[in-house]
Amino acid sequence: MRVWPIFKKEIRIFFTSAVAYVILAIFLLVMGWFFSQIFQYYAQATVRAGMSPMMGQQDLNTTDGILRPLFSNIAVILLLSLMPLLTMRLFAEERRSGTIELLLTYPVRDGAVLLGKYLASLAFYGILLALTLLYPLMLFYMGARVEWGAVLTGYVGLLLMGSAFLAVGLFASSLTENQIVAAVTTFGILLMFWVLGWGADAAGGAWWGKVLQHLSITEHFESFGKGVFETKDVIYYVNFTILALFLTLRSLEARRWKG
Amino acid sequence: MIEVQNLTKHYGPVTAIRDVSFSVTPGEIVGFLGPNGAGKSTTMRILSCFMPASGGTARVAGYDVFRDSMEVRKRIGYLPESVPLYNEMRVAPYLDFVAEVKGVGRRERRRRVADAMDRCLIADVQNRLIGTLSKGYRQRVGLAQAIVSDPHVLILDEPTIGLDPRQIAEIRALIKSLAGEHTVILSTHILPEVSMVCNSVVIINKGTIVAQGPIDLLVEQFFPSSRVEVELAKSDPAVREAMRGIPGVVAVTELSSDGGGGRYVVESARARDVRAEIFQLAADKRWSLRELRRVGMTLEEVFMRVVAGEEPAGAEAAPAAVTETEAEKTP
Repeated sequence: MRVWPIFKKEIRIFFTSAVAYVILAIFLLVMGWFFSQIFQYYAQATVRAGMSPMMGQQDLNTTDGILRPLFSNIAVILLLSLMPLLTMRLFAEERRSGTIELLLTYPVRDGAVLLGKYLASLAFYGILLALTLLYPLMLFYMGARVEWGAVLTGYVGLLLMGSAFLAVGLFASSLTENQIVAAVTTFGILLMFWVLGWGADAAGGAWWGKVLQHLSITEHFESFGKGVFETKDVIYYVNFTILALFLTLRSLEARRWKG
Repeated sequence: MIEVQNLTKHYGPVTAIRDVSFSVTPGEIVGFLGPNGAGKSTTMRILSCFMPASGGTARVAGYDVFRDSMEVRKRIGYLPESVPLYNEMRVAPYLDFVAEVKGVGRRERRRRVADAMDRCLIADVQNRLIGTLSKGYRQRVGLAQAIVSDPHVLILDEPTIGLDPRQIAEIRALIKSLAGEHTVILSTHILPEVSMVCNSVVIINKGTIVAQGPIDLLVEQFFPSSRVEVELAKSDPAVREAMRGIPGVVAVTELSSDGGGGRYVVESARARDVRAEIFQLAADKRWSLRELRRVGMTLEEVFMRVVAGEEPAGAEAAPAAVTETEAEKTP
């Protein structure tokens, strides 16, 4: 399996084209804004809590007050809006420019090509996530008590969720030669899974409400944010990823037969 | 090195190629000729393992392109017609990527990449982004990409399309230099290119093979007689009879002529060159001779005959444009 050269090539292209820098810059800008806003809100809340004897001090901590909202914001802006942009190019552009014809005649299996591309986008996503470590570290150096366990599970959750999103993005990209179509399709699929859980509330206790709840992407993220590591949630994201990658592989194969 | 048997490919209801069979021996350069849309690219895509055939078999270096696809892919270098390259990559890293993906070891790779760049004359642009290169350079980068792993078989789809005459000459020289150690199959619709570069041809039209073999044999097969064109200052009914009398001459036809002269085509047995005798005859009869030349029993005429179904005489005008460019390149 020659995954490594494909991986290197994709990373190289991420960084020679403007895509990587634009995504990095916008992401960091938005994250910085979120952090400062949440931080200020939290600071005001602590001051008010200090003045009012009605509120218990123990309800306020930086993990719940700052990091959890921050993580759920990462989940929304990053995953939902930036992920489709990260993956839209990966197959669609190869198909549009015709480079897929060379790529798929090199002595590498389709699976290796797919894996190389997937891992490259995952690595880039990893870099984005790693940069947000700045915020808990900042809180730590300011003397706040940071629950590192909760931070860790939060990151694991984001990584798992992101990997599922990237796999969906790759699948959408393999269906078309138009990057915009790929991005919009990815966004649509992800948004659908995002709001699926809302139907569960409306269903009340009906069986299909449970099904919707189980399928919802957000539902499975909640426990990670609370610092809980649930096997069923890990399995959900891993399954989601594997299924999407499998579909991508089939889509590549189908394209070959169609010529 | 390449054996193709009864290869067929359907795109939905459309049949791109039907029962295509040919073979290529090691070290040979084969020209794959045909008008646009004849099925050249389809055949090459199947040979390069990009897509499977609907029927028939193709073997490259003894391996089936469908069942032992990976083995075939290790042994080929492929250049698709559109020369697809990664615009966001620089030339040298791109070639390094191709070599790595094709399994060339790290140490070997530096040498191979440098060698491919030297051979394709692109060393001067090795640090440029591919997207900024001119068409000629892109084409050569594409060719470098095909040869960088030093494959046994090269599959080149229209390698000289869109180049200027000097670049075409360079690419042809490069392809010729590959013969012997590499087996090359190249498609084109520029006929002189084939006669200049290739040992033999496969002519395909509307998805089926209409002629194949070494060029001279093919010409001989289609034109068993050799022809000489004669132009005299005056048209004279006696001329035809007199020329018929030369031993070996099988037919004399008069062509329409401009400017009052008489133009004739003299056909004789293939091995016979009757030009000296015609000259002698003209001198004896005191005909003033304007022109005396052998007319090419060329690949162009074979091509026109099998593809367009035209008579060779009428076809002469058609490839004139290409012959002209050929003259430019081979002073």
